[in-house]
Amino acid sequence: MCGIVGLYTKNPDLQSSLGALLSAMLIQMADRGPDSAGFAIYHDPVDAELIKVTLQGDHDTDWQLIEQKIANELDPAVKVSRIATHAVVTLSVDGDKAVEWIDGNLDMVRMTSNGRSIEIFKEKGHPQEVIETFGLGDMTGTHALGHTRMATESRVTTEHSHPFSTGMDLCLVHNGSLSNHNRLREKLRADGIRFQTDNDSEVAAGYLTWRLKQGATLKESMQAALADLDGFYTFAIGTKNGFAVLRDPIACKPAVLAETDDWVAMSSEYRSIAQLPGNEKARVWEPNPATIYSWERES
Amino acid sequence: MKFDLAGQGIREFNRFLHGPESEGAVVEVDNPSGCHNLAVGALQNCQVTVNGHVGYYCAAMNQQAEITVRGNAGPGLAENMMSGIVRVQGNASQYCGATAHGGLLVVEGNASSRCGISLKGTDIIVGGSIGHMSAFMAQTGRLVVCGDAAESMGDSIYEARIYVRGKVASLGTDCIEKPLEEEHLKELEELLDRAQLNHSAREFKRYGSARRLYNFDVDNASLY
Repeated sequence: MCGIVGLYTKNPDLQSSLGALLSAMLIQMADRGPDSAGFAIYHDPVDAELIKVTLQGDHDTDWQLIEQKIANELDPAVKVSRIATHAVVTLSVDGDKAVEWIDGNLDMVRMTSNGRSIEIFKEKGHPQEVIETFGLGDMTGTHALGHTRMATESRVTTEHSHPFSTGMDLCLVHNGSLSNHNRLREKLRADGIRFQTDNDSEVAAGYLTWRLKQGATLKESMQAALADLDGFYTFAIGTKNGFAVLRDPIACKPAVLAETDDWVAMSSEYRSIAQLPGNEKARVWEPNPATIYSWERES
Repeated sequence: MKFDLAGQGIREFNRFLHGPESEGAVVEVDNPSGCHNLAVGALQNCQVTVNGHVGYYCAAMNQQAEITVRGNAGPGLAENMMSGIVRVQGNASQYCGATAHGGLLVVEGNASSRCGISLKGTDIIVGGSIGHMSAFMAQTGRLVVCGDAAESMGDSIYEARIYVRGKVASLGTDCIEKPLEEEHLKELEELLDRAQLNHSAREFKRYGSARRLYNFDVDNASLY
């Protein structure tokens, strides 16, 4: 199964309650995915010369040691802000350089996201616990995506949880299963895309990164995914300024979209949308198969 | 009689519909909030009106009850209904009326993919359009669509009858257009009347089985 939710604020007054609203949506999807949960939240953007990455560790990760190592070897101005098993790290170095250095030098942690605005937190455990662990209810931001996982394709671990990042300020959550992910992963690896797990959804994320690196727009990349990804999927994709939704042509994985003057929301089921203020007046519809839906604010 | 799902449980409500005390009852249900399995397995002659959107399997296996949803319905609406009337004023998600045996199912808005899959006798009337693979392997019963139909309508259809007023994106295997004769106009008028939809029966086209797929053909004997 799995459940996915997304919330994009149009009215800036809602930004202060984004985390609380996403929590309420995510809890409704807990019985579609009780084994792990995660979310991507877009907030507190850093200046253009800075980059922020989210690192995922364990309960006994020594973040002080990591901060010292980064300060000594990469960026003396590093700032590490710990949130439970994760930490948000702000760096004043080039994005690609930072990603490469972390990949090669910090094998005690994994990078869940990098960009100017995105932060990704995910853990195994019931969605309610995951929400409390990271304090999602108090977080603010412009938009966010969340996922509750019922594993079918690969193991139940923190690193197999969603969302998967797809490069700078991009992320993807998936309900479904892909059938050609092994071959596609090999092809993408050969073209320099990095993978951390054997998970099928990470391949979808990697595929979009690969297309975007080739110069395609997000819409072009999603259009190409319709031809190259085989399987069942409803994807929600987060970008720096908005989010997008895509279902495969058979469209057996559920999805509901809703829009008011104040917000745009997507979920696997209407139950999540029923938690939002003004839902009774929302325009509610089911996204068509093989059709790209996207929302973006002016950057 | 009022039932508020914000306070009372869905099981309590469904149990009421299963028992003899619901016979003749007129019930309004508030705050469904997209919940699953609402009014599943109703057994008595009663009227249920749901104020809001519902989730999976609403009114599934219905017998006798008249159930109206003032909102949208999630996947599996009226799945395997046996009799009675189910009416949704908004849209219905995938596979509404799947394997349904009898009674009347009206979706005033659109129905998405696999509407009436494996239909076994219910009359389904959709005020808007239907999604792909609708009436797949439909055995008997009637599907009336006042809008358009998406790809592969009526694939592998048996003896169900389909009437579509708008465009059909494509027909599935062994589904063909058939002439609309007096008997069909008459049954279509009656169905539109029962659904309270105001269209002229002459605006529709009829589709059904070419009967090439499910009948034994002696030329294929060597394949068995």
